[in-house]
Amino acid sequence: MLHVAWNVMGMERKMMIRRDNPYSNKLGGMFKETSLKLDTLASGYILPDENRCVQCGICSFNCPINVDVRSHALRGLAIQESKCLTCGECVRRCPRGVLRFVYPD
Amino acid sequence: MMNYVIIGSGAAGIAAAGSIRREDSKSKIQVITNDPYGYYSRPGLAYLLAGEVPQDQLFPFNEGYFKEQNIQLVKATVQQILPDQHQLRIMDGSQIPYDRLLLSTGATASMPGVPGVELEGVVKLDNMEDADRILKNAQKARTAVVIGGGITALELVEGLAAGGIQVHYFLRGERYWSSVLDEVESKIVENRLIQDGIKIHYYTELEEILGKKGKVMGVIARQLQTRLQFDCQMVAFAIGIKPRVDLAVQSGLKTQRGVIVDEGLHTSQPDIFAAGDVAQVYDRLSGEYLLDSLWRPAIEQGWIAGLNMAGGNYIYEKKYPFNVTRLGGLITTIIGRVGKEILEENKANGDADVAGIMRGDSEVWRQQSLGIIAQTYEESNRIRLYVTPTYITGAIIMGDQTLSRPLQILIREQVDISLIRDTLLSPNYSLVNTLSKFWEEYTQKNA
Repeated sequence: MLHVAWNVMGMERKMMIRRDNPYSNKLGGMFKETSLKLDTLASGYILPDENRCVQCGICSFNCPINVDVRSHALRGLAIQESKCLTCGECVRRCPRGVLRFVYPD
Repeated sequence: MMNYVIIGSGAAGIAAAGSIRREDSKSKIQVITNDPYGYYSRPGLAYLLAGEVPQDQLFPFNEGYFKEQNIQLVKATVQQILPDQHQLRIMDGSQIPYDRLLLSTGATASMPGVPGVELEGVVKLDNMEDADRILKNAQKARTAVVIGGGITALELVEGLAAGGIQVHYFLRGERYWSSVLDEVESKIVENRLIQDGIKIHYYTELEEILGKKGKVMGVIARQLQTRLQFDCQMVAFAIGIKPRVDLAVQSGLKTQRGVIVDEGLHTSQPDIFAAGDVAQVYDRLSGEYLLDSLWRPAIEQGWIAGLNMAGGNYIYEKKYPFNVTRLGGLITTIIGRVGKEILEENKANGDADVAGIMRGDSEVWRQQSLGIIAQTYEESNRIRLYVTPTYITGAIIMGDQTLSRPLQILIREQVDISLIRDTLLSPNYSLVNTLSKFWEEYTQKNA
């Protein structure tokens, strides 16, 4: 059961770090991608750059679990809620490259 | 107790209300607006048109926020400012007194003087009401003509195309946004539009909008020596904006293209400040007063004006304005001074498609950098930098945005790049690699 859940999330990750995503900063080959997935699951979070944000709300609108990403972006606060799935939907949809993943070393 | 009044509920006005409240928890703050929608994300209108976000999502603050902050939104139109009496005369005949006043009235889209502009189906994109009108008209339209330059014109082009409308885009000159982009960048954008099925007509000037029963049914245009006629049901204009200076002019404030303010956002009258699109702010680097029509600078100006209204002594430095936008679906970041040699076509009014300034535009960008150009171009990815002996002073990043945040910081913080300058400028080295490596070392050093 756990294995299945892991796999489903793995697919989610894969969608999230599509190689053509212009905002994901650290994209590389497959190996990097796999290790990235694990990193993100373990400790990654999303960090907004409030200087780029125009408050359009596309991020919050697309969040599958209704995290108010925009209110974080307005204040430049990291989205470190335990609720956040780091699914990357907001990162991918933001038209201004406000959001990015951060992977603590 | 102070009595603060802000005219205009856009980005600058709402930011000012917030910073005043932070400094002064008790005094009265009134935001006077005649926009029925109040405060919303103006840049978000483009995404509303493209169908990426619903309208109710564009409001970042609900009524609860204003209540909690004790900021009163007053729906009214100000007719006149009486600076000597510290009073505002309202359209309905009443008066509102103020101790400190902020003018954040924004800007309004210019419309051309061609016959037929009054017809139903002729649109602009200034505010939420315009977006409503465009979406309503677009339901029935099959073909639309877009006229103008810069970011708003493309928002209209892309928004209408997203609605399944055949779009004809008229350019007066030989290429798109010639005052900020170079030839390569213009071509990248144009090619992407063409791929999306948009028909670009160069050297084309609108002469007349044809109507039937009050509605648009076509246009007549001139393309060099040829006269063209198109059937269309919509005509959209983005030929520039004008700061709304009427109130300031009437009240004897010093104005040029906008309301003249110093770096503290003070106008020529005591106790009156201006911020945002309406403000023509002193720029230290050029020694000129320049306009921006950018979201972030409007917020920063509003914030600082608010602090100063509450008794502070802060300055706003224009320095290196930047904007992120989508041009032909390609994310593009413009930072600092990217203007070329000041040829005739690159003067402030040089882009034939627009008069003066546009939304999402900064006059600072057209300022010439002293440096020379380093550039790279692969497929749809393009980086163009201006490099002086010590600093990077301007950058355009199209497509891959990996380096856009690093460049934003290297430019803003005036990081010394003299050690990598020769490599940056040499065609034998990869600009991207050089910058990436430099950035990595810089962040390690400053961690």
